[in-house]
Amino acid sequence: MFGTLSYRKQKTIIIVSFLLIPLILLATFTYYPAIKLIYYSFTNWDGYSPEKPWVGLDNYREVFSNSDIFKVFEHNFAYFAMGIVQNIIAIYFAVVLNSRLRGRNVFRILLFLPYIMNGVAVAFMFGYVFDTTNGSLNLFLSSLGLKHLGETSWLGTEGLVNYALASTGLWRFMGYNMVIYIASLQAIPKDIYEAAKIDGAGSLQTLWKITLPNMKPVIQLNLFLTVTGALEVFDLPFVLTKGGPAGASQTYVQRVVETAFAYNNYGLASAMSVILLFFVVIVLAVQQLVLSRGGNK
Amino acid sequence: MHSSKFRIQDLIKYLTLLIGVFVVLFPPYVVIINAFKSRDEFNSSSSMSLPHNFLNFDNFNVVFERGGLLSGFGNILIIIVVSLALNILFGTMVAYVLGRFDFKLKPIVFGAYLVATIIPSITTQVATFGIIKSLGLYNTMGAPIVLYIGADVIQIILYLQFIRNIPYDLDENAMVEGASLFKIYRSIIFPLLTPATATLIILKTISIYNDMYIPYLYMPKQSLGVVTTVLMRFQGVNTADWNLICAAILVILLPTVILYFFLQRYIFEGVTSGAVK
Repeated sequence: MFGTLSYRKQKTIIIVSFLLIPLILLATFTYYPAIKLIYYSFTNWDGYSPEKPWVGLDNYREVFSNSDIFKVFEHNFAYFAMGIVQNIIAIYFAVVLNSRLRGRNVFRILLFLPYIMNGVAVAFMFGYVFDTTNGSLNLFLSSLGLKHLGETSWLGTEGLVNYALASTGLWRFMGYNMVIYIASLQAIPKDIYEAAKIDGAGSLQTLWKITLPNMKPVIQLNLFLTVTGALEVFDLPFVLTKGGPAGASQTYVQRVVETAFAYNNYGLASAMSVILLFFVVIVLAVQQLVLSRGGNK
Repeated sequence: MHSSKFRIQDLIKYLTLLIGVFVVLFPPYVVIINAFKSRDEFNSSSSMSLPHNFLNFDNFNVVFERGGLLSGFGNILIIIVVSLALNILFGTMVAYVLGRFDFKLKPIVFGAYLVATIIPSITTQVATFGIIKSLGLYNTMGAPIVLYIGADVIQIILYLQFIRNIPYDLDENAMVEGASLFKIYRSIIFPLLTPATATLIILKTISIYNDMYIPYLYMPKQSLGVVTTVLMRFQGVNTADWNLICAAILVILLPTVILYFFLQRYIFEGVTSGAVK
Protein backbone atom coordinates (compact mmCIF):
# COMPACT_ATOMS: atom_id res chain seq x y z
CA MET A 1 0.00 0.00 0.00
CA PHE A 2 2.80 2.34 1.07
CA GLY A 3 4.73 1.21 -2.01
CA THR A 4 2.06 2.46 -4.41
CA LEU A 5 2.55 6.09 -3.33
CA SER A 6 4.85 8.26 -5.43
CA TYR A 7 8.46 8.44 -4.22
CA ARG A 8 7.97 12.15 -3.48
CA LYS A 9 5.20 11.38 -1.03
CA GLN A 10 7.06 8.39 0.38
CA LYS A 11 10.07 10.57 0.97
CA THR A 12 8.05 13.07 3.01
CA ILE A 13 6.42 10.31 5.04
CA ILE A 14 9.75 8.59 5.72
CA ILE A 15 11.48 11.80 6.75
CA VAL A 16 8.73 12.75 9.17
CA SER A 17 8.09 9.30 10.64
CA PHE A 18 11.75 8.29 10.92
CA LEU A 19 12.77 11.50 12.65
CA LEU A 20 9.74 11.96 14.87
CA ILE A 21 10.57 9.72 17.84
CA PRO A 22 14.36 10.31 17.81
CA LEU A 23 13.83 14.06 17.81
CA ILE A 24 11.23 13.85 20.56
CA LEU A 25 13.74 11.88 22.65
CA LEU A 26 16.47 14.41 21.93
CA ALA A 27 14.20 17.30 22.85
CA THR A 28 12.81 15.66 25.99
CA PHE A 29 16.03 14.42 27.52
CA THR A 30 18.63 16.90 26.30
CA TYR A 31 17.17 20.30 25.38
CA TYR A 32 14.15 20.44 27.65
CA PRO A 33 16.20 19.63 30.80
CA ALA A 34 18.75 22.27 29.84
CA ILE A 35 16.02 24.91 29.52
CA LYS A 36 14.32 23.78 32.74
CA LEU A 37 17.66 23.86 34.51
CA ILE A 38 18.10 27.51 33.60
CA TYR A 39 14.57 28.27 34.78
CA TYR A 40 15.03 26.43 38.10
CA SER A 41 18.26 28.31 38.68
CA PHE A 42 16.23 31.52 39.12
CA THR A 43 13.90 29.94 41.72
CA ASN A 44 14.39 28.42 45.14
CA TRP A 45 12.35 25.32 44.35
CA ASP A 46 12.70 22.50 46.88
CA GLY A 47 12.10 19.71 44.38
CA TYR A 48 8.55 18.71 45.30
CA SER A 49 6.24 21.61 46.16
CA PRO A 50 4.10 22.88 43.27
CA GLU A 51 5.16 26.52 43.59
CA LYS A 52 8.60 27.56 42.45
CA PRO A 53 9.24 30.99 43.96
CA TRP A 54 11.20 33.30 41.68
CA VAL A 55 14.35 34.64 43.34
CA GLY A 56 16.15 36.23 40.41
CA LEU A 57 19.91 36.02 40.57
CA ASP A 58 20.07 35.06 44.26
CA ASN A 59 21.31 31.53 43.58
CA TYR A 60 24.10 32.77 41.34
CA ARG A 61 25.08 35.34 43.96
CA GLU A 62 25.18 32.56 46.53
CA VAL A 63 27.42 30.36 44.36
CA PHE A 64 29.90 33.15 43.72
CA SER A 65 29.89 34.59 47.25
CA ASN A 66 29.97 31.30 49.17
CA SER A 67 33.65 30.48 48.92
CA ASP A 68 32.88 26.95 50.13
CA ILE A 69 31.27 26.08 46.81
CA PHE A 70 34.03 27.27 44.54
CA LYS A 71 36.75 25.83 46.76
CA VAL A 72 35.50 22.41 45.68
CA PHE A 73 37.11 23.06 42.31
CA GLU A 74 40.48 22.78 44.05
CA HIS A 75 39.68 19.10 44.46
CA ASN A 76 38.88 18.85 40.75
CA PHE A 77 42.30 20.35 40.03
CA ALA A 78 44.00 17.10 41.10
CA TYR A 79 42.16 15.30 38.29
CA PHE A 80 43.35 17.88 35.80
CA ALA A 81 46.97 17.59 36.95
CA MET A 82 46.85 13.80 36.82
CA GLY A 83 45.13 14.05 33.44
CA ILE A 84 48.15 15.89 32.06
CA VAL A 85 50.46 13.19 33.40
CA GLN A 86 48.10 10.61 31.92
CA ASN A 87 48.40 12.18 28.46
CA ILE A 88 52.20 12.31 28.65
CA ILE A 89 52.36 8.63 29.59
CA ALA A 90 49.82 7.79 26.87
CA ILE A 91 51.85 9.61 24.20
CA TYR A 92 55.01 7.85 25.36
CA PHE A 93 53.45 4.39 25.18
CA ALA A 94 51.79 5.21 21.85
CA VAL A 95 55.13 6.17 20.33
CA VAL A 96 56.78 3.05 21.79
CA LEU A 97 54.00 0.76 20.57
CA ASN A 98 54.04 2.35 17.14
CA SER A 99 57.68 1.34 16.62
CA ARG A 100 58.68 -2.08 15.42
CA LEU A 101 58.51 -4.14 18.56
CA ARG A 102 57.91 -7.75 19.41
CA GLY A 103 54.60 -8.36 21.22
CA ARG A 104 53.34 -4.84 20.81
CA ASN A 105 49.79 -6.06 20.25
CA VAL A 106 49.80 -7.88 23.59
CA PHE A 107 51.08 -4.74 25.34
CA ARG A 108 48.42 -2.63 23.68
CA ILE A 109 45.66 -5.02 24.72
CA LEU A 110 46.87 -5.13 28.33
CA LEU A 111 47.42 -1.39 28.70
CA PHE A 112 43.92 -0.67 27.36
CA LEU A 113 42.30 -3.30 29.60
CA PRO A 114 41.35 -0.99 32.54
CA TYR A 115 39.23 1.20 30.28
CA ILE A 116 36.59 -1.47 29.75
CA MET A 117 36.42 -2.45 33.43
CA ASN A 118 33.40 -1.58 35.53
CA GLY A 119 34.02 1.77 37.24
CA VAL A 120 32.43 0.87 40.57
CA ALA A 121 34.33 -2.41 40.75
CA VAL A 122 37.53 -0.53 39.91
CA ALA A 123 36.80 2.01 42.64
CA PHE A 124 36.41 -0.69 45.28
CA MET A 125 39.45 -2.50 43.92
CA PHE A 126 41.50 0.63 44.56
CA GLY A 127 39.82 1.05 47.92
CA TYR A 128 41.55 -2.18 48.76
CA VAL A 129 44.83 -1.18 47.10
CA PHE A 130 44.93 2.10 49.06
CA ASP A 131 43.83 0.61 52.39
CA THR A 132 46.22 1.79 55.11
CA THR A 133 46.79 -1.41 57.07
CA ASN A 134 45.89 -4.23 54.67
CA GLY A 135 46.30 -2.36 51.42
CA SER A 136 48.48 -3.95 48.80
CA LEU A 137 50.14 -0.64 47.92
CA ASN A 138 51.47 -0.12 51.43
CA LEU A 139 52.51 -3.77 51.69
CA PHE A 140 54.29 -3.42 48.39
CA LEU A 141 56.05 -0.22 49.48
CA SER A 142 57.07 -1.82 52.78
CA SER A 143 58.46 -4.85 50.99
CA LEU A 144 60.60 -2.48 48.92
CA GLY A 145 62.01 -1.22 52.21
CA LEU A 146 60.08 2.04 52.19
CA LYS A 147 58.74 1.52 55.70
CA HIS A 148 57.74 5.09 56.33
CA LEU A 149 55.95 5.52 53.01
CA GLY A 150 54.24 2.19 53.59
CA GLU A 151 52.25 3.62 56.49
CA THR A 152 50.56 6.34 54.49
CA SER A 153 46.81 6.75 54.73
CA TRP A 154 46.24 7.44 51.04
CA LEU A 155 42.53 8.06 51.23
CA GLY A 156 42.46 9.54 54.73
CA THR A 157 44.91 12.41 54.32
CA GLU A 158 43.49 15.68 53.15
CA GLY A 159 46.24 16.70 50.73
CA LEU A 160 46.68 13.21 49.32
CA VAL A 161 43.20 11.85 48.83
CA ASN A 162 42.39 13.70 45.58
CA TYR A 163 45.67 12.68 43.98
CA ALA A 164 45.18 9.07 45.08
CA LEU A 165 41.70 9.12 43.53
CA ALA A 166 42.90 10.89 40.40
CA SER A 167 45.66 8.33 39.95
CA THR A 168 42.92 5.70 39.83
CA GLY A 169 41.44 7.71 36.97
CA LEU A 170 44.86 7.71 35.31
CA TRP A 171 45.06 3.95 35.72
CA ARG A 172 41.65 3.55 34.11
CA PHE A 173 41.82 5.99 31.20
CA MET A 174 45.49 6.09 30.13
CA GLY A 175 44.92 3.21 27.68
CA TYR A 176 42.02 5.04 26.07
CA ASN A 177 44.19 8.08 25.31
CA MET A 178 46.97 5.77 24.18
CA VAL A 179 44.80 3.96 21.63
CA ILE A 180 43.67 7.29 20.17
CA TYR A 181 47.28 8.47 19.98
CA ILE A 182 48.32 5.23 18.27
CA ALA A 183 45.61 5.77 15.64
CA SER A 184 46.84 9.30 15.01
CA LEU A 185 50.43 8.05 14.71
CA GLN A 186 49.41 5.49 12.14
CA ALA A 187 47.82 8.24 10.09
CA ILE A 188 51.19 10.02 9.67
CA PRO A 189 52.48 9.20 6.17
CA LYS A 190 55.47 6.86 6.27
CA ASP A 191 57.43 8.71 3.59
CA ILE A 192 57.98 11.70 5.90
CA TYR A 193 60.00 9.40 8.15
CA GLU A 194 61.88 7.96 5.19
CA ALA A 195 62.80 11.47 4.11
CA ALA A 196 63.92 12.41 7.61
CA LYS A 197 66.07 9.29 7.78
CA ILE A 198 67.73 10.16 4.48
CA ASP A 199 68.42 13.64 5.82
CA GLY A 200 70.13 12.00 8.78
CA ALA A 201 67.69 12.93 11.55
CA GLY A 202 68.10 11.05 14.84
CA SER A 203 65.19 9.38 16.55
CA LEU A 204 64.75 12.14 19.15
CA GLN A 205 64.88 14.75 16.43
CA THR A 206 62.25 12.85 14.44
CA LEU A 207 60.05 12.74 17.52
CA TRP A 208 60.29 16.51 18.11
CA LYS A 209 60.20 17.67 14.52
CA ILE A 210 57.79 15.20 12.91
CA THR A 211 55.86 12.96 15.28
CA LEU A 212 54.68 15.46 17.90
CA PRO A 213 53.76 18.26 15.45
CA ASN A 214 51.70 15.78 13.45
CA MET A 215 49.92 14.65 16.60
CA LYS A 216 49.11 18.21 17.65
CA PRO A 217 45.37 18.23 16.84
CA VAL A 218 44.80 14.92 18.62
CA ILE A 219 46.87 16.04 21.61
CA GLN A 220 44.77 19.19 21.83
CA LEU A 221 41.58 17.15 21.58
CA ASN A 222 42.71 14.85 24.37
CA LEU A 223 43.76 17.77 26.57
CA PHE A 224 40.33 19.36 26.22
CA LEU A 225 38.75 16.02 27.07
CA THR A 226 40.98 16.03 30.15
CA VAL A 227 39.74 19.48 31.21
CA THR A 228 36.04 18.69 30.76
CA GLY A 229 36.58 15.26 32.34
CA ALA A 230 38.21 16.88 35.37
CA LEU A 231 35.30 19.32 35.70
CA GLU A 232 32.76 16.50 35.63
CA VAL A 233 34.36 13.91 37.97
CA PHE A 234 31.75 12.18 40.05
CA ASP A 235 31.70 8.43 40.48
CA LEU A 236 35.20 7.69 41.80
CA PRO A 237 35.12 9.90 44.92
CA PHE A 238 31.41 9.24 45.35
CA VAL A 239 31.91 5.47 45.53
CA LEU A 240 35.29 5.33 47.21
CA THR A 241 35.44 8.07 49.83
CA LYS A 242 31.92 9.56 49.82
CA GLY A 243 33.75 12.86 49.56
CA GLY A 244 35.69 12.31 52.78
CA PRO A 245 37.68 12.79 54.91
CA ALA A 246 35.52 15.74 56.01
CA GLY A 247 34.65 16.75 52.46
CA ALA A 248 38.29 16.87 51.36
CA SER A 249 37.60 14.81 48.24
CA GLN A 250 34.18 16.15 47.32
CA THR A 251 34.02 17.17 43.66
CA TYR A 252 31.81 19.82 42.13
CA VAL A 253 29.26 17.45 40.60
CA GLN A 254 29.06 15.57 43.88
CA ARG A 255 28.33 18.88 45.58
CA VAL A 256 25.56 19.57 43.04
CA VAL A 257 23.97 16.17 43.57
CA GLU A 258 24.14 16.62 47.34
CA THR A 259 22.64 20.12 47.19
CA ALA A 260 19.74 18.88 45.08
CA PHE A 261 18.95 15.42 46.38
CA ALA A 262 20.14 15.56 50.00
CA TYR A 263 19.32 19.19 50.88
CA ASN A 264 16.41 19.57 48.41
CA ASN A 265 17.81 22.88 47.26
CA TYR A 266 17.05 22.43 43.56
CA GLY A 267 17.33 26.12 42.78
CA LEU A 268 20.88 26.43 44.05
CA ALA A 269 21.86 23.06 42.53
CA SER A 270 20.49 24.21 39.17
CA ALA A 271 22.48 27.43 39.32
CA MET A 272 25.60 25.38 40.11
CA SER A 273 24.82 23.10 37.15
CA VAL A 274 24.33 26.04 34.81
CA ILE A 275 27.71 27.44 35.87
CA LEU A 276 29.36 24.07 35.21
CA LEU A 277 27.61 23.87 31.85
CA PHE A 278 28.87 27.36 31.10
CA PHE A 279 32.46 26.35 31.93
CA VAL A 280 32.22 23.27 29.71
CA VAL A 281 30.84 25.30 26.83
CA ILE A 282 33.67 27.83 27.23
CA VAL A 283 36.26 25.05 27.19
CA LEU A 284 34.68 23.56 24.06
CA ALA A 285 34.49 26.97 22.38
CA VAL A 286 38.18 27.58 23.08
CA GLN A 287 38.89 24.09 21.74
CA GLN A 288 37.03 24.81 18.50
CA LEU A 289 38.90 28.08 18.15
CA VAL A 290 42.30 26.50 18.75
CA LEU A 291 41.58 23.49 16.52
CA SER A 292 40.23 25.49 13.60
CA ARG A 293 43.15 27.91 13.80
CA GLY A 294 45.55 24.97 13.78
CA GLY A 295 43.75 23.61 10.74
CA ASN A 296 44.11 26.83 8.75
CA LYS A 297 47.84 27.04 9.18
CA MET B 1 78.39 1.01 18.32
CA HIS B 2 75.22 1.67 16.37
CA SER B 3 73.64 -1.63 17.30
CA SER B 4 74.39 -1.40 21.02
CA LYS B 5 72.70 1.99 21.16
CA PHE B 6 69.59 0.45 19.69
CA ARG B 7 69.68 -2.39 22.14
CA ILE B 8 69.65 0.05 25.06
CA GLN B 9 66.71 1.86 23.52
CA ASP B 10 64.81 -1.39 23.15
CA LEU B 11 65.67 -2.32 26.71
CA ILE B 12 64.18 0.94 27.98
CA LYS B 13 61.09 0.39 25.85
CA TYR B 14 60.49 -3.09 27.20
CA LEU B 15 61.28 -2.07 30.75
CA THR B 16 58.76 0.78 30.73
CA LEU B 17 56.15 -1.40 29.02
CA LEU B 18 56.61 -4.07 31.66
CA ILE B 19 56.27 -1.49 34.44
CA GLY B 20 53.08 -0.26 32.76
CA VAL B 21 51.67 -3.77 32.51
CA PHE B 22 52.64 -4.45 36.12
CA VAL B 23 50.79 -1.33 37.30
CA VAL B 24 47.75 -2.34 35.24
CA LEU B 25 47.65 -5.94 36.44
CA PHE B 26 48.68 -5.48 40.07
CA PRO B 27 45.26 -4.35 41.47
CA PRO B 28 43.25 -7.07 39.67
CA TYR B 29 45.85 -9.64 40.74
CA VAL B 30 45.39 -8.73 44.40
CA VAL B 31 41.62 -8.95 44.00
CA ILE B 32 41.88 -12.39 42.36
CA ILE B 33 44.08 -13.96 45.02
CA ASN B 34 41.96 -12.63 47.89
CA ALA B 35 38.65 -13.62 46.35
CA PHE B 36 39.48 -17.28 47.02
CA LYS B 37 40.37 -16.90 50.71
CA SER B 38 38.10 -17.81 53.60
CA ARG B 39 37.56 -15.18 56.25
CA ASP B 40 40.00 -16.77 58.73
CA GLU B 41 42.57 -17.27 56.04
CA PHE B 42 42.10 -13.67 54.91
CA ASN B 43 42.53 -12.31 58.43
CA SER B 44 45.56 -14.40 59.25
CA SER B 45 47.48 -14.06 56.02
CA SER B 46 49.01 -11.16 54.15
CA SER B 47 46.87 -9.77 51.38
CA MET B 48 49.71 -10.49 48.99
CA SER B 49 49.95 -14.21 49.75
CA LEU B 50 48.35 -16.82 47.51
CA PRO B 51 45.19 -18.58 48.74
CA HIS B 52 45.50 -22.18 50.05
CA ASN B 53 42.95 -23.38 47.60
CA PHE B 54 42.03 -21.80 44.29
CA LEU B 55 38.91 -23.98 44.14
CA ASN B 56 37.37 -22.38 47.23
CA PHE B 57 34.24 -20.86 45.67
CA ASP B 58 32.48 -20.15 48.99
CA ASN B 59 32.83 -16.39 48.63
CA PHE B 60 31.24 -16.50 45.22
CA ASN B 61 28.29 -18.49 46.55
CA VAL B 62 27.79 -15.88 49.27
CA VAL B 63 27.99 -13.07 46.74
CA PHE B 64 25.32 -14.62 44.55
CA GLU B 65 23.03 -15.68 47.40
CA ARG B 66 23.25 -12.73 49.77
CA GLY B 67 24.21 -10.05 47.28
CA GLY B 68 21.41 -10.65 44.81
CA LEU B 69 23.95 -10.45 42.02
CA LEU B 70 21.93 -12.72 39.77
CA SER B 71 19.00 -10.32 39.60
CA GLY B 72 21.52 -7.51 39.10
CA PHE B 73 22.81 -9.30 36.00
CA GLY B 74 19.26 -10.03 34.87
CA ASN B 75 18.16 -6.41 35.22
CA ILE B 76 21.14 -4.95 33.41
CA LEU B 77 20.72 -7.50 30.63
CA ILE B 78 17.09 -6.46 30.08
CA ILE B 79 18.06 -2.79 30.11
CA ILE B 80 20.91 -3.35 27.64
CA VAL B 81 18.86 -5.46 25.22
CA VAL B 82 15.80 -3.20 25.15
CA SER B 83 17.63 0.13 25.02
CA LEU B 84 20.16 -1.05 22.43
CA ALA B 85 17.48 -2.55 20.16
CA LEU B 86 15.65 0.78 20.13
CA ASN B 87 18.87 2.82 19.99
CA ILE B 88 20.08 0.93 16.90
CA LEU B 89 16.66 1.15 15.26
CA PHE B 90 16.36 4.91 15.77
CA GLY B 91 20.04 5.53 15.04
CA THR B 92 19.87 3.80 11.64
CA MET B 93 16.59 5.55 10.85
CA VAL B 94 18.02 9.00 11.53
CA ALA B 95 21.18 8.15 9.59
CA TYR B 96 19.13 6.86 6.62
CA VAL B 97 17.13 10.06 6.44
CA LEU B 98 20.18 12.30 6.86
CA GLY B 99 22.33 10.21 4.53
CA ARG B 100 19.92 9.69 1.64
CA PHE B 101 17.52 12.65 1.45
CA ASP B 102 17.82 16.36 1.03
CA PHE B 103 15.30 18.53 2.81
CA LYS B 104 15.09 22.01 4.21
CA LEU B 105 15.46 21.20 7.89
CA LYS B 106 18.34 18.74 7.44
CA PRO B 107 21.10 21.09 8.67
CA ILE B 108 18.98 21.93 11.70
CA VAL B 109 18.40 18.28 12.59
CA PHE B 110 22.10 17.51 12.27
CA GLY B 111 22.97 20.67 14.19
CA ALA B 112 20.58 19.65 16.97
CA TYR B 113 22.54 16.42 17.45
CA LEU B 114 25.85 18.26 17.27
CA VAL B 115 24.93 20.92 19.82
CA ALA B 116 23.55 18.22 22.13
CA THR B 117 27.09 16.89 22.61
CA ILE B 118 28.20 20.09 24.30
CA ILE B 119 25.53 19.67 26.98
CA PRO B 120 27.04 17.05 29.29
CA SER B 121 24.13 15.01 30.65
CA ILE B 122 25.73 14.98 34.09
CA THR B 123 25.09 18.73 34.39
CA THR B 124 21.40 18.58 33.52
CA GLN B 125 20.53 15.61 35.73
CA VAL B 126 18.83 17.84 38.31
CA ALA B 127 16.22 18.82 35.73
CA THR B 128 16.08 15.42 33.98
CA PHE B 129 15.17 13.93 37.33
CA GLY B 130 11.93 15.93 37.42
CA ILE B 131 11.05 14.93 33.87
CA ILE B 132 11.58 11.23 34.56
CA LYS B 133 9.40 11.58 37.67
CA SER B 134 6.58 13.34 35.86
CA LEU B 135 6.63 10.67 33.14
CA GLY B 136 6.06 8.10 35.89
CA LEU B 137 9.32 6.34 35.06
CA TYR B 138 11.07 6.89 38.40
CA ASN B 139 12.00 3.57 39.99
CA THR B 140 11.21 1.61 36.85
CA MET B 141 13.50 0.16 34.21
CA GLY B 142 11.90 2.64 31.83
CA ALA B 143 14.06 5.43 33.27
CA PRO B 144 17.50 4.11 32.24
CA ILE B 145 16.03 2.70 29.02
CA VAL B 146 14.68 6.04 27.74
CA LEU B 147 17.90 7.77 28.80
CA TYR B 148 20.09 5.22 26.98
CA ILE B 149 17.98 5.05 23.79
CA GLY B 150 18.84 8.47 22.40
CA ALA B 151 21.29 8.36 19.50
CA ASP B 152 24.43 10.43 19.94
CA VAL B 153 26.26 12.40 17.32
CA ILE B 154 29.23 10.00 17.18
CA GLN B 155 26.87 7.13 16.42
CA ILE B 156 25.19 9.12 13.66
CA ILE B 157 28.51 10.19 12.14
CA LEU B 158 29.68 6.56 12.17
CA TYR B 159 26.51 5.45 10.39
CA LEU B 160 26.69 8.32 7.90
CA GLN B 161 30.24 7.30 6.96
CA PHE B 162 28.96 3.81 6.19
CA ILE B 163 25.90 5.02 4.29
CA ARG B 164 28.08 7.22 2.09
CA ASN B 165 29.97 4.08 1.07
CA ILE B 166 26.80 2.22 0.08
CA PRO B 167 26.40 2.97 -3.67
CA TYR B 168 23.22 4.90 -4.45
CA ASP B 169 22.79 2.57 -7.46
CA LEU B 170 21.51 -0.06 -5.05
CA ASP B 171 18.66 2.26 -4.01
CA GLU B 172 17.92 3.19 -7.61
CA ASN B 173 17.84 -0.39 -8.82
CA ALA B 174 15.43 -1.27 -6.04
CA MET B 175 13.25 1.69 -6.98
CA VAL B 176 13.19 0.54 -10.62
CA GLU B 177 11.89 -2.77 -9.33
CA GLY B 178 9.23 -0.88 -7.43
CA ALA B 179 10.51 -1.26 -3.88
CA SER B 180 9.19 1.26 -1.37
CA LEU B 181 11.62 3.54 0.46
CA PHE B 182 10.82 1.72 3.67
CA LYS B 183 11.77 -1.54 2.02
CA ILE B 184 15.04 0.00 0.82
CA TYR B 185 15.83 1.00 4.41
CA ARG B 186 14.88 -2.40 5.77
CA SER B 187 16.44 -4.71 3.16
CA ILE B 188 19.38 -2.69 1.84
CA ILE B 189 20.55 0.05 4.21
CA PHE B 190 19.95 -1.60 7.59
CA PRO B 191 21.70 -4.90 6.70
CA LEU B 192 24.65 -3.11 5.11
CA LEU B 193 25.18 -1.08 8.28
CA THR B 194 25.81 -4.25 10.28
CA PRO B 195 29.57 -3.73 10.79
CA ALA B 196 28.96 -0.30 12.32
CA THR B 197 26.05 -1.68 14.32
CA ALA B 198 28.26 -4.46 15.72
CA THR B 199 30.87 -1.97 16.89
CA LEU B 200 28.22 0.26 18.46
CA ILE B 201 26.51 -2.64 20.23
CA ILE B 202 29.77 -3.71 21.83
CA LEU B 203 30.80 -0.22 22.94
CA LYS B 204 27.36 0.71 24.22
CA THR B 205 26.93 -2.58 26.03
CA ILE B 206 30.15 -1.91 27.92
CA SER B 207 29.25 1.67 28.75
CA ILE B 208 25.72 0.82 29.96
CA TYR B 209 27.01 -2.13 31.97
CA ASN B 210 29.59 0.13 33.61
CA ASP B 211 27.27 3.08 34.26
CA MET B 212 26.56 3.89 37.87
CA TYR B 213 25.05 7.37 37.87
CA ILE B 214 21.76 6.69 36.07
CA PRO B 215 20.74 3.45 37.82
CA TYR B 216 21.81 4.90 41.19
CA LEU B 217 19.76 8.06 40.69
CA TYR B 218 16.67 6.64 39.01
CA MET B 219 16.28 3.09 40.36
CA PRO B 220 16.94 3.07 44.11
CA LYS B 221 14.42 0.24 44.56
CA GLN B 222 16.20 -2.88 45.85
CA SER B 223 14.66 -5.27 43.33
CA LEU B 224 15.80 -3.06 40.44
CA GLY B 225 19.49 -3.22 41.36
CA VAL B 226 21.91 -3.57 38.46
CA VAL B 227 25.47 -4.85 38.81
CA THR B 228 26.94 -1.49 39.85
CA THR B 229 24.27 -0.61 42.40
CA VAL B 230 24.18 -4.19 43.73
CA LEU B 231 27.93 -4.01 44.25
CA MET B 232 27.62 -0.69 46.08
CA ARG B 233 24.95 -2.08 48.37
CA PHE B 234 26.89 -5.27 48.97
CA GLN B 235 30.00 -3.29 49.88
CA GLY B 236 27.95 -1.10 52.21
CA VAL B 237 26.75 -4.12 54.16
CA ASN B 238 30.03 -6.07 54.18
CA THR B 239 32.57 -3.27 54.55
CA ALA B 240 35.04 -5.31 56.58
CA ASP B 241 34.82 -8.56 54.62
CA TRP B 242 37.28 -7.75 51.88
CA ASN B 243 37.47 -11.38 50.75
CA LEU B 244 33.74 -11.26 49.91
CA ILE B 245 34.04 -7.87 48.24
CA CYS B 246 36.97 -9.11 46.17
CA ALA B 247 34.84 -12.02 44.96
CA ALA B 248 32.03 -9.61 44.04
CA ILE B 249 34.46 -7.28 42.22
CA LEU B 250 35.83 -10.23 40.27
CA VAL B 251 32.40 -11.49 39.19
CA ILE B 252 31.44 -8.01 38.00
CA LEU B 253 34.71 -7.36 36.17
CA LEU B 254 34.68 -10.64 34.30
CA PRO B 255 31.91 -10.14 31.67
CA THR B 256 33.38 -7.02 30.03
CA VAL B 257 36.92 -8.38 30.26
CA ILE B 258 35.86 -11.56 28.44
CA LEU B 259 33.94 -9.52 25.87
CA TYR B 260 37.03 -7.38 25.38
CA PHE B 261 39.44 -10.24 24.80
CA PHE B 262 37.19 -11.76 22.15
CA LEU B 263 36.08 -8.59 20.41
CA GLN B 264 38.99 -6.19 20.94
CA ARG B 265 39.29 -5.45 17.23
CA TYR B 266 35.78 -3.93 17.16
CA ILE B 267 36.41 -2.05 20.37
CA PHE B 268 39.62 -0.43 19.13
CA GLU B 269 37.89 0.45 15.85
CA GLY B 270 34.96 2.04 17.63
CA VAL B 271 37.08 4.01 20.08
CA THR B 272 39.36 5.44 17.40
CA SER B 273 36.67 6.16 14.81
CA GLY B 274 34.67 8.01 17.43
CA ALA B 275 37.51 10.17 18.64
CA VAL B 276 39.79 10.83 15.69
CA LYS B 277 36.91 11.78 13.35
